[in-house]
Amino acid sequence: MPTHLLTPTRSVGITGYGAYVPRYRLPAAEVARMWTGGRGGLPVREKAVPGLDEDTATIAIEAARNALARAGIDPQALRAIWVGSESHPYAVKPTSTIVAEALGAVPYVQAGDWEFACKAGTEAMQAAIGFVGSSMADYAMCIGADTAQGRPGDALEYTAAAGGAAFIIGPAEGALAVIQGSLSYVTDTPDFWRRAGAEYPSHGQRFTGEPAYFHHITSAAKALMAEMGTKPEDYRYAVFHQPNLKFPQRVAKMLGFTPEQYQTGLLVGEIGNTYSGSAMVGLTAILDEAQPGDRILMVSFGSGAGSDAFDIRVTDAILSRRDNAPRTRDYIARRVEVDYGMYARLRGKLKNA
Amino acid sequence: MRVAGHWRLKRQRLTLEGEVCPSCRAPLFPPRDVCPECGKPAATPYTFSGRGTVYAFTTVYEPPAHFEQYRPYLLALVKLEEGPILTAQLTDVDPEEVSIGMPVEMVTRRLTEEGEEGLILYGYKFRPLVRQQVA
Ligand SMILES: [Zn+2]
Repeated sequence: MPTHLLTPTRSVGITGYGAYVPRYRLPAAEVARMWTGGRGGLPVREKAVPGLDEDTATIAIEAARNALARAGIDPQALRAIWVGSESHPYAVKPTSTIVAEALGAVPYVQAGDWEFACKAGTEAMQAAIGFVGSSMADYAMCIGADTAQGRPGDALEYTAAAGGAAFIIGPAEGALAVIQGSLSYVTDTPDFWRRAGAEYPSHGQRFTGEPAYFHHITSAAKALMAEMGTKPEDYRYAVFHQPNLKFPQRVAKMLGFTPEQYQTGLLVGEIGNTYSGSAMVGLTAILDEAQPGDRILMVSFGSGAGSDAFDIRVTDAILSRRDNAPRTRDYIARRVEVDYGMYARLRGKLKNA
Repeated sequence: MRVAGHWRLKRQRLTLEGEVCPSCRAPLFPPRDVCPECGKPAATPYTFSGRGTVYAFTTVYEPPAHFEQYRPYLLALVKLEEGPILTAQLTDVDPEEVSIGMPVEMVTRRLTEEGEEGLILYGYKFRPLVRQQVA
């Protein structure tokens, strides 16, 4: 049987990583107070909300600066800056050129914006593995960042959050973690979409679960583990796309992972679903704590639909470099709670202000 | 300001690029091409670290045009660790949390936008150090 593994000709890894989460938090109980009289279960405890002066570009810039600090490389050494998002500030004008300019990485750099719902960032990671793994480039920056919006009163309003993560892919030598294998599993599945010009997304209600999220994540994870010859117990950590608290815990259980393996990267209860950032921010929280030799499984999910799965092994270099930037938990801890009124203002829902 | 004007200021706004005087080594921000210290020409680009302290600050309740959506906001004189003092907004901080001498770091944020169909302008603001806010 031909392999489905995406294997570069030279070994690559994560040279630097960084996260960013805005400081404002909207408790899910506030959304319930507004729309259900406080009744019903809550999918998360709270979600991160961007400030008035924040968007996908500013989130990407801060995550990318943190990744550069940990990589310790000159921004001029970057040959690609790719930003995956479903909330790019412009419909036409790249987010990636703004990020490249802010990092001091222009002008000899490939820049592009990626879209694939919540997996646009990991898609860029796989492309970066190819870019570096083919020796076209030594370093490529890939970012997943979003300032997701849910229609007022919709189920997504509890969870649609803001945040992002950036990874610099480079040669395995000098990397904080080596990417040992990855693959992508994609079908045409209409579980969630937003038409051009529409302010809020639509979704297939219960269709978002079995045929979309669970099918693609379990298929990608099982295929990767079969190719790598691994079992769940070979991984110290596992992190999945996290649209709410229930889905990633259930998919982990379906695959045979324990809470000890997935708790470190499971942030959705505290910051909500950061969309393109979701699994990637989870991975940054794991790298903040992991020890050399630890093996990590990451599986993203993007509606439409598909999953990217990665097998990652942490190296000794993590110990001396991870404190060169704020940890993901530092951002989560600088929490300022807002009520629904302030949230409506921060998210531009007050049209005549 | 015209699009070209914003474009010329992008390095200054996005990366805190100023100048250093080749004669007396004074770091200059904003870049002004003539050294105010020694009067000699100064056009060597120099990127500032983004670290500094609050030198003075005020809360703006009646903002100028295009900044109304942020009111009230904090405006500060920030003394960069390399020496120059610049005017910038403080962000991610409440007025009662700010004090003279407070360490701050540069972040890139939206400054304003030229209407719903116009350019979005990004640039430097300053905020308390992330790790300090947590501790
Ligand atoms: Zn001089």
